[in-house]
Amino acid sequence: MEVIYITIGVSIVVAIFFFIIFIKTVKSGQYEDTYTPSVRMLFDDELVTESDKDKQKNSQSTK
Amino acid sequence: MSSKNCFHCGAESGKKPIVFNEKDFCCNGCKTVYEILNANELTCYYDLQNAPGTIPKEIKGKFNYLENTEIVEKLLEFNDGSTSVVEFYIPSIHCSSCIWVLENLTKLNKGIITSMVNFPNKTLRITFKNDLSHLKELAELITSIGYEPYISLEDNDKKLHKVDKTLIYQVSIAAFAFGNIMLLSFPEYFQVDEFWLEKYKYLFRWLMFAMSIPVVFYSAKGYFISALKGLKHKILNIDVPIALGISVLFFRSTVEIFLDIGTGFFDSLAGLVFFLLLGKFFQQKTYNFLSFERDYKSYFPIAVTKIENGIEKNIPVKNIQKGDRLLIRNEELIPVDGILISGNAAINYSFVTGESIPTEKQSGDKLFAGGKQTAGVIEMEVINTISQSYLTQLWSNDIFNKPIDFTIKTLTDSISKYFTIAILCIAFVAGLFWYFYNPSMAFNVVTAVLIIACPCALALSAPFAIGNMLRIFGYKKFYLKNAGTIENIAKVETIIFDKTGTITTSNKTELLYKGSELSIDEFRMIKSVLRASNHPLSRTLYNFIDEKPLSESLTEFEEVIGKGIIATINKVTIQLGSASFLGVSLNSTNETAIYVKINNKLKGGFIFKNSYRNGLMEVFEELSKNYKLVILSGDNDGEKKYLESVLPKSVCFEFNQKPEEKLNYIKLLQQNGEKVMMIGDGLNDAGALAQSDVGISISEDVNVFSPACDAILDAKLFNKLPKFLTLSKKTIQVIKASFLISLLYNIIGMYFALTGQLTPVVAAILMPLSSITIVIFVTILTNWISKKQSI
Repeated sequence: MEVIYITIGVSIVVAIFFFIIFIKTVKSGQYEDTYTPSVRMLFDDELVTESDKDKQKNSQSTK
Repeated sequence: MSSKNCFHCGAESGKKPIVFNEKDFCCNGCKTVYEILNANELTCYYDLQNAPGTIPKEIKGKFNYLENTEIVEKLLEFNDGSTSVVEFYIPSIHCSSCIWVLENLTKLNKGIITSMVNFPNKTLRITFKNDLSHLKELAELITSIGYEPYISLEDNDKKLHKVDKTLIYQVSIAAFAFGNIMLLSFPEYFQVDEFWLEKYKYLFRWLMFAMSIPVVFYSAKGYFISALKGLKHKILNIDVPIALGISVLFFRSTVEIFLDIGTGFFDSLAGLVFFLLLGKFFQQKTYNFLSFERDYKSYFPIAVTKIENGIEKNIPVKNIQKGDRLLIRNEELIPVDGILISGNAAINYSFVTGESIPTEKQSGDKLFAGGKQTAGVIEMEVINTISQSYLTQLWSNDIFNKPIDFTIKTLTDSISKYFTIAILCIAFVAGLFWYFYNPSMAFNVVTAVLIIACPCALALSAPFAIGNMLRIFGYKKFYLKNAGTIENIAKVETIIFDKTGTITTSNKTELLYKGSELSIDEFRMIKSVLRASNHPLSRTLYNFIDEKPLSESLTEFEEVIGKGIIATINKVTIQLGSASFLGVSLNSTNETAIYVKINNKLKGGFIFKNSYRNGLMEVFEELSKNYKLVILSGDNDGEKKYLESVLPKSVCFEFNQKPEEKLNYIKLLQQNGEKVMMIGDGLNDAGALAQSDVGISISEDVNVFSPACDAILDAKLFNKLPKFLTLSKKTIQVIKASFLISLLYNIIGMYFALTGQLTPVVAAILMPLSSITIVIFVTILTNWISKKQSI
């Protein structure tokens, strides 16, 4: 059962690693605003609208 | 005929909507915003929310002060020469479309690199290139699409100190330790008599010890500091028994593992600290988009237009010197005391003195700081600098510099006194008893008593009850500054109301016509005459009369400032004005009215009545049952008869109160031992709000200025005021009920402790159990009572 020294040791190291990451992220200010990212995520990126497509078609036909 | 809704802001487009692109708009402003968004292919804005916009305001010349480099330096968060970062507070952010459009600003202006919205705080952070864009340009851009920033140097200075994250770190360390120590203590709990356990239990114990050290010395340090402070002032606040419990727990556990007596109570220690800190965290509910600390400095504009040698210059308000000439535009605030030189001055002092009708001033009259000019452009000469003005003198009153009072204020602290003394006595007596009966158990029992009697349940009742109630209130648009406010509200016996803006609403003034009936033609003639006048009373009357004005023009028109108008139209002479102007004798002298004479025959008068908030009578009726009510007004007593007739008999009235008089009235009541609540809205109530035990500021729009107070109530919820007050009282009752439950737990725990049966397992079960049940009990109960009150 000496292996228990290793298993507990490793698990503590992993736990402390995650804890440090947590402290770092809180410090970086990620959690100051928890609402806006949830809305931001629903926005679409660059929208290609109908008029854009028309413009492209027109410019191609006049060439 | 049904009127369509504006495509942009959703308001009714009225009888003549502005049509563009086959869509209706209520005004040119909304149409312009649509044009801008359409041209830049941002019409997705409208897909996200139906009619998401607000009506944009006039922006000409409004942001000229942003050209001043001194001011720009103060407002920019970061500037390295080529790139700058600025954070705007935009109160009109209210939906996801707002976020979308503001984060797509890069499409509207080439100089903007990124823009990011913080929705709960209603702020927008823009990173832009210095050579392509300028702060004034940005402010004008976002105002033109309807998102006007609220720029105030005072708010900026205060925002600079970082958000305090210590509590978060403390909770996270306690949580980490709690979970891990709990797991590490399981082997010994399940007392399995295996050989390997005997060999390895030291490993577990020392690990638990190591993890408890940061908990005790970092996470719990707040309690030790507060307990020492309390003892220094000879007060036993709730932190004293907590600190005592934590130190005894740690001490006994350390002794146990050093001397190999047992496994110690580290898990209970970590659990205790974790729950206590969680309570503290939950109690902190901050509203980052509101400010409860605003004083006159945030009310005043940052800069004003100064006329130097005929040239207009923008200077910061604090640089105004005596003798300067200032140009004040329409809807601008007068920042300093001065003399009117030229222009048509109609100053609205309702925020400052409480007078409801704007006063007209003539050249040579003294103008006081804080008033809002409502009739065009005026020029004035400065008499006092901003720090010497009459308004700012109010802030030199002692009440604003009160040192923090270190006494027992909260309910929990008052109970803790008895609690601490009780458990110390019990521990002492028990120790004595066991010393004679069986000395080896003495140490065990004394420490056990001090451990189990730790008031975690006691200390958790108030934070969770009040924290939950704060959130419920905030959800219903009654924003409180901190937890202590609820307890103060529950103690209040007297409520004082301001009149103008508090029980009256400035949105609509009611007009009552008294006199012989006027024909439609006569109304139309009066309206045509009023069209030519810029006086605020004329404009209100103009909007009040429904009929359309005549198309014929006036053949004669003369306006006497402060008195009235004489005009001729269609060969009929119309005279409008004050009673003295028209030679009318009056019985009641203090009503504001416009009297009408047609062809020199007196027809009657339009009397301006305050329009009172909905539900005023019911609110007063309800409140008069349990509280003493007073109305202190800065306005004249013209409304006294009306108020006396509609409000309960017990209400007291005082009119023509200056701000200092309101403050002194409250001071007098407090010296008689009464607990006073003040409800007001403007700067004229600032002293009273600070002096009272609870100051509530009523706000038509919570985003604009409201003076420093303990709570902000949205004006639309004025009729729910009695319910909020009742709920605060009931919250205190809930807390008291949960004290009883915690007492029950303490008795059970005491049984185990006194009989020497307090093993770590028992402690580990009892303490978290008591904490969790109290939290659940209190949360369910507060939710239930607020549902029952149906706010």
